[in-house]
Amino acid sequence: MSSRYSLWSLARQALRRHRDWAPAWRTPVPKPAYDIIIIGGGGHGLATAYFLAKKHGIRNVAVLERGWIGGGNSGRNTQVVRSNYFYKASVDFFEHSLKLYESLSRELNFNIMLSQRGIVTLAHSRHDLETNRRWANAILLNGVDSEILTAEGVKRIEPLINLNARFPVYGGFVQHRGGLARHDAVNWGFARAADALGVDILQNCPVSGFETRAGRIAGVATPHGVLRAGRFVINVAGHSSVLAEHAGLRLPLISMALQAMVTEPVKPMLRSIVLSPTAHVYASQSDRGEIVIGGAADVYSSYAQRGSLAVIEDFVAAAVELFPAFARLKLMRHWAGIVDISPDTSPIMGKTPVDNLYLNCGWGTGGFKAIPAGGDTMAFTVANDRPHPLIAPFALDRFERGALIDEGAAAGVAH
Amino acid sequence: MLRIPCPWCGLRDEKEFAYGGEAHVERPQGGASDAAWADYLYFRRNVKGIAYERWQHARGCRQWFNVARDNVTHEIRATYRNDQAKPQLDDPERRL
Repeated sequence: MSSRYSLWSLARQALRRHRDWAPAWRTPVPKPAYDIIIIGGGGHGLATAYFLAKKHGIRNVAVLERGWIGGGNSGRNTQVVRSNYFYKASVDFFEHSLKLYESLSRELNFNIMLSQRGIVTLAHSRHDLETNRRWANAILLNGVDSEILTAEGVKRIEPLINLNARFPVYGGFVQHRGGLARHDAVNWGFARAADALGVDILQNCPVSGFETRAGRIAGVATPHGVLRAGRFVINVAGHSSVLAEHAGLRLPLISMALQAMVTEPVKPMLRSIVLSPTAHVYASQSDRGEIVIGGAADVYSSYAQRGSLAVIEDFVAAAVELFPAFARLKLMRHWAGIVDISPDTSPIMGKTPVDNLYLNCGWGTGGFKAIPAGGDTMAFTVANDRPHPLIAPFALDRFERGALIDEGAAAGVAH
Repeated sequence: MLRIPCPWCGLRDEKEFAYGGEAHVERPQGGASDAAWADYLYFRRNVKGIAYERWQHARGCRQWFNVARDNVTHEIRATYRNDQAKPQLDDPERRL
């Protein structure tokens, strides 16, 4: 087991020229059977394993990752954390997540570099202003911080913004507690903490099918043979439909490519996360100084982990119009992740028609901010075989009941 | 950038088209159950491989038509009008 990270351990390792650091988690030999198998080693899967071990005392757990930890959407997102949703069910859930993020570094003994620098949503017309006011007030009524901004208020936060852009900036609103957390640190922190509690993390372990017995899942087919467990959790984002089909389930999801990109690193020029739902773009500056630019998903189904140049052009055009100074920067990297978009852009979490199979999917373009709460509530749901109260509204059967939670506006662009 | 051969206008850039979701989804008969309506409205195959889709040449002739597209390689395998039969294509079965 790896030792506790501290200033003392850093100093001690520095004296040994950093040659003695133990790996952050083990590479275990798979056991033939577990209590719970979690398919998908992204943030949600790792967090679920961690909370199962920590809060519910279930330590005989495996997390199966087909690639490497942090190689999927958990390492491809743009690191935004926020809870400025519209409906009570969403605000309650995402606020729980943001609160867990606020103490996560201490909880995991891993610096997740949380920076609550604020997220600014722009209004580009009088009608946008009215919508933003309604949205910001709904957030306040749900007990979460939010402040309406004038155009000058936006300019005070972001002096480099062009208020007279093609779509002029009329104002907006800010959630000051929104911000960024380092995504790799969140993955690694949960992986290390779960491993320390006895969870087996199996990388390079794709699942190619289920073994069923009497309507229940008995095991999963992997390169290590069939691994058995009492309960199974699907946490595989863009591949949820493909995997669920093997268990005989159909899901209300479309998988699409979501792109993002970073510029070369520069001195601090952007303070908050600035988001324009109208121009379909948002930008922030990473701790390394890169401007991180994201926007809406490519609008057709894709499993390719690469998107269209036309979409990159749209992101860049919108970003440069809002911040003309960005025009001087070079793009360094761009990438795509495959996201699973649900009809109401809200997640699908909880039990499935298959007795011992649980589902955590439909995060679409915004799963990163939900990692701690997704793990916490799914661990409760799997351990007790009943939905955690916070995720009961997000059950798969809401589509049949017509109880959709339409967060199109809040989930659309900001991730 | 996809280049899509519109059955009426020929080969055009992706930017001219709008995506309309899965094709060949059948509307249930009147009196169908809530589950059947939910399935029709929201549930999809979301296949990995050859996807049969509805597209509209929105910034061109504005006609709706169908596209058979490999959503892993982004290769357009066929386009066909709404009154034409769904082509039978070999799916490379690139599952999981």
